[in-house]
Amino acid sequence: MNYGAWKKESQRDFWAKALLELGRERKDIVVLSADLSTSVKTSVFAKEFPERHFNVGIAEQNMMSIAAGFAASGKTVFASTFAAFGTGRVYDQIRQSIAYPEMNVKIVATHAGITVGGDGATHQIVEDIALMRALPNMTVVVPADAPETYLAIRAVADYIGPVYLRMGRADVPTIASIQDDFKLGKATVLRDGDDVTLIGTGVMVSRCLVAADELTKEGIDARVLNMSTIKPLDREALIKAARDTGAVVTAEEHSVTVGMGAAVAMDLAENAHVPMKRVGIPDVFGESGDSDELMEKYGLTAENIIEATHDVMRRKGGAL
Amino acid sequence: MPKHSRELIGKLEHEALKIRRRLVRMIYQAGSGHPGGSLSATDVIAALYFHVLNVDPKDPSWVDRDRFVLSKGHACPAWYAALAERGFFPIEELDTLRKTGSRLQGHPDMRKTPGVEASTGSEGQGLSNGIGMALAAKLDRRSYRIYVMVGDGENDCGQTWEAAMSASFYKLDNLCAIVDRNLMQLDGPTKHIMSLEPLADKWKAFGWKVLEIDGHNFAEILKAFDKAESVKGKPTVIIARTLKGKGVSFMEGAVAFHGKAPNEEEYEQAMTELGGEP
Ligand SMILES: Cc1ncc(C[n+]2csc(CCOP(=O)(O)OP(=O)(O)O)c2C)c(N)n1
Ligand SMILES: [Mg+2]
Repeated sequence: MNYGAWKKESQRDFWAKALLELGRERKDIVVLSADLSTSVKTSVFAKEFPERHFNVGIAEQNMMSIAAGFAASGKTVFASTFAAFGTGRVYDQIRQSIAYPEMNVKIVATHAGITVGGDGATHQIVEDIALMRALPNMTVVVPADAPETYLAIRAVADYIGPVYLRMGRADVPTIASIQDDFKLGKATVLRDGDDVTLIGTGVMVSRCLVAADELTKEGIDARVLNMSTIKPLDREALIKAARDTGAVVTAEEHSVTVGMGAAVAMDLAENAHVPMKRVGIPDVFGESGDSDELMEKYGLTAENIIEATHDVMRRKGGAL
Repeated sequence: MPKHSRELIGKLEHEALKIRRRLVRMIYQAGSGHPGGSLSATDVIAALYFHVLNVDPKDPSWVDRDRFVLSKGHACPAWYAALAERGFFPIEELDTLRKTGSRLQGHPDMRKTPGVEASTGSEGQGLSNGIGMALAAKLDRRSYRIYVMVGDGENDCGQTWEAAMSASFYKLDNLCAIVDRNLMQLDGPTKHIMSLEPLADKWKAFGWKVLEIDGHNFAEILKAFDKAESVKGKPTVIIARTLKGKGVSFMEGAVAFHGKAPNEEEYEQAMTELGGEP
């Protein structure tokens, strides 16, 4: 299916741009890196504000607890590394030093998911959303494209409290219908429809839109919801969508057993019984390969979303 | 101490050159990977696989084999090339590095690749893996040895020092660590990112026998491995001074080639410098 025609942009570049602006506007911004400043692009901030950037070396645990110390001293801290090393490796440091005492630390993680490609399973974390979602006090944000990444960084800087913000390595399609009014904790409707709701997060949002266009040809009118804040989940938008359309498909570049789809499923089970299906990575580790090939192999294409839609539509029909 | 023959050293130099050609080609074909740290590690890995290690390519899981763990997993192209040259799997398979479905993952996968002893890639864990293996050998009264290569950047990791402390506490004289002291990490020179010196004193203070050598000089490498084997009651660390990107002029000491594949033109130049395609 063709998203080749869409303009693609780097989420990392837009994050770097937002961070640089914040650095210029606010003296309380401090940035921490762990020997990946060039990859996560905190190097852009470091160049202009060397005195407010600290590269602690390959010592992520140290970085997270240092971040907490800075926050306890009134700083707004951005700590950035690859998602694998910024969550699982430092779970307890985040838990005790940051989430429990509600420190004003923003963990900005790049290189999440299988789109990492060649580096393989050790670097392709597919369970980071689950880990961060499990923590009380933590806000979890997964922007859908580069411009939204910019908006989300600006928004989390204004919010006081711990945040985990996740993005991938690869450039992602820019979505025209995303508006400039990003609100933390609010899902946005990118496309209206009455037959089914496709809920996407991150790189899967553009795939939901492509799937929705295809589904129109079959006479299926799909609503597309961009769930860019995964915690707290926008329950209101979710339940409204489920009630309006009567069927839900979720799509995420993350383990399907414990991610956004799982969060949605739990909420629907308690609040709105509609047929639903989750698209995502099965309960396995990733592997090396070309990103697009991996997205196909692990079932993360618009076709997979369409198939899932057919499934929920069948069940919805049966239930009626 | 046995002196190593010119013939042996000549053979190792030859093997190392072959490994360098192969790994640069693999990374070029994959379009991504880590040439710098692979090239700095090559000579030590060649010495291990073509002289030091008691391994059987036909029986990679033979219980009494010596073990090698590459803690700095991103340098695995050098390891894969050595394993293939030693006959653990077909040479042709090297061209599948990092491709979908390949047994040769971007970072070592012990469940996929014959001869790979530990899955690594997230830095700082391999030495601890080696300690488990060394303790198991002692428990089972087996005499195999364990070799673990760590990057100098991995000396930033707290876990490296947790491991260092426990290895000497357990008196693991069957364990030998090699620090690939190429003076660089991902973001730049170690002394600008997180200064490590005095590194030898740190390892000494943690209870290790410390040997400092030129990690591209086979006479020194072999002598150090002999010495490590003779040290009793404590683990030995060999701090091997190396050059990141060793053997390809424009990769030598170049931060850019920590984690970047050469383009076509660079590949051709690299092959010319290394004496032709493998
Ligand atoms: C825990 C962890 N943090 C960050 C990285 C990303 N990374 C890969 S290689 C590297 C630098 C490694 O430096 P060094 O150990 O000295 O390796 P070498 O110079 O031999 O390539 C970094 C930071 C990683 N693989 N693991
Ligand atoms: Mg190094």
